[in-house]
Amino acid sequence: MTAEDVSISVQRYRPSLSLKSRLKPYFGTPVNGAITVGCILIIAWALKHVIAWLLVDAVFTGAPAVCQQQGGACWPFLVAKMRFMLFGFYPFEEQWRPLLALLMFFGTCGIAMIPMFWGRRLLVLGAAACIVIFWLMLGGFGGLVYVPTSKWGGLPLSFMLSAVGLVCAFPLGVLLALARASNLPAIRVLAVVFIELVRGVPLISILFMASVMLPLFLPTGVNIDNLLRAQVAIILFAAAYIAEVVRGGLQALPKGQVEAASAMGLHYWQTMRLIVLPQALKIVIPPLVSLFIGFFQDTTLVTIVGLLDFLDTVRAAMRDPQWQGIAVLEGYVFAAFVYLVFSAIMGAYSRFLERRFRVGHD
Amino acid sequence: MLGASMRVAQAPFRLNFRDKRTRGILYQCLCVASVVAAGLYLFNNVSENLARQSIATGFSYLWREAGFVISQSPIDYQPSDSYAKALLVGILNTIRVSILASVAATIIGTLVGIGRLSSNPLFARLMLLYVEALRNVPLLLLLFLCYAVIVTILPPVREALQLLPFVFLSNSGLAVPSIAWSNDHTMIAAAFLFGCGLAYLYARHLRLRRIESGTDQSNWPLISAIIAIPPLVAWLILRPELDLSLPELGRFRLAGGAQLTPEFVALFVGLALSASANVAEIVRSGILSIRKGQREAAAALGLRSSRIMRLVILPQALRVIIPPMTSAYLNVFKNSSLAIAIGYPDVVMVSNTTMNQTGQAIEPIALFMLVYLSLSITISLFMNWYNARVALRER
Repeated sequence: MTAEDVSISVQRYRPSLSLKSRLKPYFGTPVNGAITVGCILIIAWALKHVIAWLLVDAVFTGAPAVCQQQGGACWPFLVAKMRFMLFGFYPFEEQWRPLLALLMFFGTCGIAMIPMFWGRRLLVLGAAACIVIFWLMLGGFGGLVYVPTSKWGGLPLSFMLSAVGLVCAFPLGVLLALARASNLPAIRVLAVVFIELVRGVPLISILFMASVMLPLFLPTGVNIDNLLRAQVAIILFAAAYIAEVVRGGLQALPKGQVEAASAMGLHYWQTMRLIVLPQALKIVIPPLVSLFIGFFQDTTLVTIVGLLDFLDTVRAAMRDPQWQGIAVLEGYVFAAFVYLVFSAIMGAYSRFLERRFRVGHD
Repeated sequence: MLGASMRVAQAPFRLNFRDKRTRGILYQCLCVASVVAAGLYLFNNVSENLARQSIATGFSYLWREAGFVISQSPIDYQPSDSYAKALLVGILNTIRVSILASVAATIIGTLVGIGRLSSNPLFARLMLLYVEALRNVPLLLLLFLCYAVIVTILPPVREALQLLPFVFLSNSGLAVPSIAWSNDHTMIAAAFLFGCGLAYLYARHLRLRRIESGTDQSNWPLISAIIAIPPLVAWLILRPELDLSLPELGRFRLAGGAQLTPEFVALFVGLALSASANVAEIVRSGILSIRKGQREAAAALGLRSSRIMRLVILPQALRVIIPPMTSAYLNVFKNSSLAIAIGYPDVVMVSNTTMNQTGQAIEPIALFMLVYLSLSITISLFMNWYNARVALRER
C-alpha cells in the first residue's frame, strides 16, 4: 500500500465533523427544514404526553382508589398483578417452576441463536431442555406436584404454544413443500389442497375447528385437552405457511443441482437431504424468522377459544373487581411492550442473519 | 419434470418395483389410500358421535328464525329473519370493514412507505418507528387497545370531539353524514358505471388506432364527456331528492347522520393501522427495486417527468408491488375475523352465535370457512388477472 492509498482510505472513513455538513440533510432546503421542524414538534408533543402519563401524573404506590383520582399510569396495578399476568392460575407457591422453565427456554433460545453452535449437539440440547421444561411445568414425579395443563397460563404458555408449534410445524412444512414440488401428481395435488385450504381461511377458524369440531371427530371416549387441541391447530396452520416459504427456496435453487445429484447416483431422499434442502433452507432463513415473529404474535388468538395465554391473563388481571375500570390501559400497554420487545429481538436477529448469509455463494 | 422429448426416449413401462415410475404410482396409491381411510374413519366417528349426542345435521337450520339481534347491519335485518339472512349480514359486515380498512391502509401505507425513503433522516426514522411499532404488536392486542381507548378514554357523546365538519368521535363511536339511498341513486350509479364502460371501450379503440397509425390519438375531453354524460342525464330525468343527513351535536346526543359503532371503529382503525405498516414496507421495496438508470434513460429519451413516472417507473414498480399487496389485502380480509374478540358482528361472530343457539357446530364452521375460502380465491384470482396485465411480457 502506498502512502496515497492510506490517505484516501483515512479520508473516506473519517466522518465529516463540520456542523454545516451534518445539518445539511435536516435543513438543506426550505421544505426539508419545515419537515424537520414538523417532526421535532410531533416528537416533542408525543414525548410530553408519554412522560406525563408514565411518570409525572402517574401513581407509584397506593391503593386502587388513589389510581382512580390521578389521570396517569397506575404502577401499583402492574406490581400487584405482575405474577398473575406472567403465570396465570398456576399454583402460587409453585410459580418458581414456570419462571425457571421460562429462563431455561430463554437460555436455550439464546444458545440456539448463535450460528457457532448450530449442529447435532444443539438438537440434543434442545431435546433435553424441552424434556426438563415439560417436567418443570407438568410435574407429577421427581418430587414436583402435578399441575394440570388447565392451570397453565401467561407468558410460559404463549412461548410454549409458539415454540412447540414451530418446532413441530417446521419438519411438516418442509415435507409439504417437498410434496408440492414433487413430480408425482397425486401427492402434489394433496399438498396443494392442504396448503391452499389452510392459507385461505383465518387462523381463528382453524382454532374454532380444533376446539369445537375436533371432539366430534374423535372416537367415543377419547378426549384431548384444550391446550393440545389449540397446539395442533397452530402446528397445522404454521406448517402450511412454512411450506410456502420453503417452496420459494426450492424454486430459487438452480435445476442443475438436482440433475448433478442424480448424475452422481444419489436417490431422492439423499438428494433432498444432502443437496437441495441445505441450500434452499439457507436462502429462506430471513423470511422464516419474520414468519416466526408473526406466529408468536398469532398465538394471542388462542384467547378467543378460551386458553389463558399472556394476553388473556393480562385481560383477566384488568377485569379483577378490585382494579376494574381503573387500570384500563396499563395492562394493554404492558402487554404491548412485552410483545414489542420479543418481536424486536427476533427482528434484529433476522436482520443479523440476512447480513450473515448475504456474503457467501455469490 | 422431464421434457416431452426425453420421455419418448425412456424404456417402455413395465410393472417392476425397480422402476422409478412403478414406485411412484405405488407411493401415490398409498398416499391417497391413507388420506381416504383417515377421511372415512373421521366421518364414521362424526356420524356416530352426532347420533349418540342426538345433534341435528344438515343445513335446514338456515331457514329457521334466527331470533338474535345484530347491532349493525348494512341491509334491513330483524331478529325474526332467518339464520341465512343473519349470515348474509355477517358476510356483508366482513366485506365492508375489510374494504374500508384496505383502502385506508393503502393510502396511509403508500405515504409512509415513500416517507421511509425520504432524504430527511429524522422523517425517515419517524416513519421507521411507525412501521416497527405496528409490526411488532399483535393485531389482537391492537384491537383491544383501540377498543379500550374508544370506550374508556374518549369523551361521552355530549362532549364529542369534532374531527371534521359533521364528523364526531365519542365513546359511542363515530358519527358521519349519511344520505338516504333510494332506487334513483342506484340508477345514477348504474349510469355512471355504464359511462365508464363506454369510455373504456373507446379508450381501447383509441389505443389500437394509435398503435396502428403511430400518432397520438388521445381525446381526453371526449372521454370525460362519455363518463360524465350518462349519470348527468339520469340525474336530470330522475331528479332524486338529495336526502343528506348531517349529525348535529345536541344537548345530550348526536342527532342525524349515521352512527358507526365503537366496535366497527376499533376494528377498522386496528386493521387499517396494522395493514398500513405492511403496505409501507411493500411500497418501499417496490420503489427501491427500480434502478436509477431507468429514470435516467427515460430522461435521456426526452420524456417529461410526469411521463417518466407513468410510463417507466410505475409500471415496473407495480410489477414488484402487486403480488405482496395481494397477500396484504387477503390478510386484512382474514384478520377481520378477529372482530369476534371485540364484538363486531362479522361472519365469524354470527356463525358463533348460530352455533351456540342451534347446537350444530360443523355446519356453521364449514359455512364460514367456505365464505373465507371463496372470497380469498376471488381476491387472488382478480389480483392474478391484474398482475398478468402489468407483468413483464417476456419474449
